[in-house]
Amino acid sequence: MVRPTPSTRPAPAPVPGVVRDRSPRGPVRGGEKPKLETVWAWLSAIPDPEIPAISLTDLGIIRDVQWQDQTLVVTITPTYSGCPATSIINLDIEMALRDHGIENLSLQRQLSPPWTTDWMTDTGRAKLEAYGIAPPRPAGGPQHCPHCKSQAVERISQFGSTPCKAQWRCQDCLEPFDYFKCI
Amino acid sequence: MSTVNPKFEFLCRMGDNALVLGHRVSEWCGVAPVLEEDIALANVALDLIGQTQLWLGLAGEAEGAGRDADKLAFHRDVWDFRNVLLVEQPNGDFGQTMMRQFLFDAWHLAQLTALIDSSDEGIAAIAEKSAKEVTYHLERSSDTVIGLGDGTEESHRRMQAALDLLWPYVGEMFLGDDVDAAMVEVGTAPDPASLRASYDQLVGDTLAAATLTKPEDDFAHRGGKSGARHSEHLGHMLTQMQWLQRAYPDASW
Repeated sequence: MVRPTPSTRPAPAPVPGVVRDRSPRGPVRGGEKPKLETVWAWLSAIPDPEIPAISLTDLGIIRDVQWQDQTLVVTITPTYSGCPATSIINLDIEMALRDHGIENLSLQRQLSPPWTTDWMTDTGRAKLEAYGIAPPRPAGGPQHCPHCKSQAVERISQFGSTPCKAQWRCQDCLEPFDYFKCI
Repeated sequence: MSTVNPKFEFLCRMGDNALVLGHRVSEWCGVAPVLEEDIALANVALDLIGQTQLWLGLAGEAEGAGRDADKLAFHRDVWDFRNVLLVEQPNGDFGQTMMRQFLFDAWHLAQLTALIDSSDEGIAAIAEKSAKEVTYHLERSSDTVIGLGDGTEESHRRMQAALDLLWPYVGEMFLGDDVDAAMVEVGTAPDPASLRASYDQLVGDTLAAATLTKPEDDFAHRGGKSGARHSEHLGHMLTQMQWLQRAYPDASW
């Protein structure tokens, strides 16, 4: 990947709460405000930057989408407070919505109630499993190995390759695997 | 107290504890004894630095002088830091790092749990978020203290030495001052002393399971959270942590 020079560098990740209104025209190029369902559909097509198998809406981090007058307000809750993907997620949302013609956009950060894995959709859980990551379960551990489906699994560490995952191992196929831990 | 903004002070204490411990723990990145522990330490550091951004961000707002989290983290000198002395102590060996983590986590989770009921909405929201992460930190650090304390002769000896070394830094977390009193008065934060009994219970149970002996002397070093007298270690740590922003102010990634 070519590193962008300062002059062509993309806009920095949007600061929550700041309306980046640079346009004297309507909210979108062309005039009509898109329906909220349409915006949700666009958001559901944006992959999580660290686990691209699932989308931002699968993950359950988009808390709200509203039109406030002529500005589209998207409210996002962070997964883990130090997750490096957070600023990338904001950038991805901004780029996707601008590509769809949204001119007046405000990204808000909402901490409370804090994100929980309970908000992950069933579709998201199924996609995780198919991708090789055991989905979160209230029991606190994976149901079975995402590869061979054996229930003989053991925990290696409560911390893994990203803040949201733990490391487990299958005692039958011996493969280590990620478990999306509950929070 | 006329020149002191107690909310700003309080938020700096929360943020600086997370920042200094987060930086200390990150010093293990790439050199921990085994890969899983290396990853776990890096994740804990990441959580703490994330929490720092929230606390110091709010501190900057409370101060109202235009300083953001980065400005507070990288452009204050040692005497302006408000972390407890425990978190600035050097890593030592892996056991000492984990003992420090456990002694802090047990206080940290109790403090955050109490702050969820804060009258201040912003503080309550950060506490609610952080408490979920710190629950995992405490689970791991207490498991490790038990595993190493009740482990081999060598690991037991090292853990007891770590406990003896660090215990005199525990008391400071429960000592209240004017800032705490001001926070208690408006329902923002708990009285530090009120957290001591359940802390002693939890730590006592864990140390017993770890076959470790709590030192009898409760002497407590102080001066970190007030900023009056940090140990020599913090300044050295800041030279590492801050040099780039000091040498090239406002350099960005």
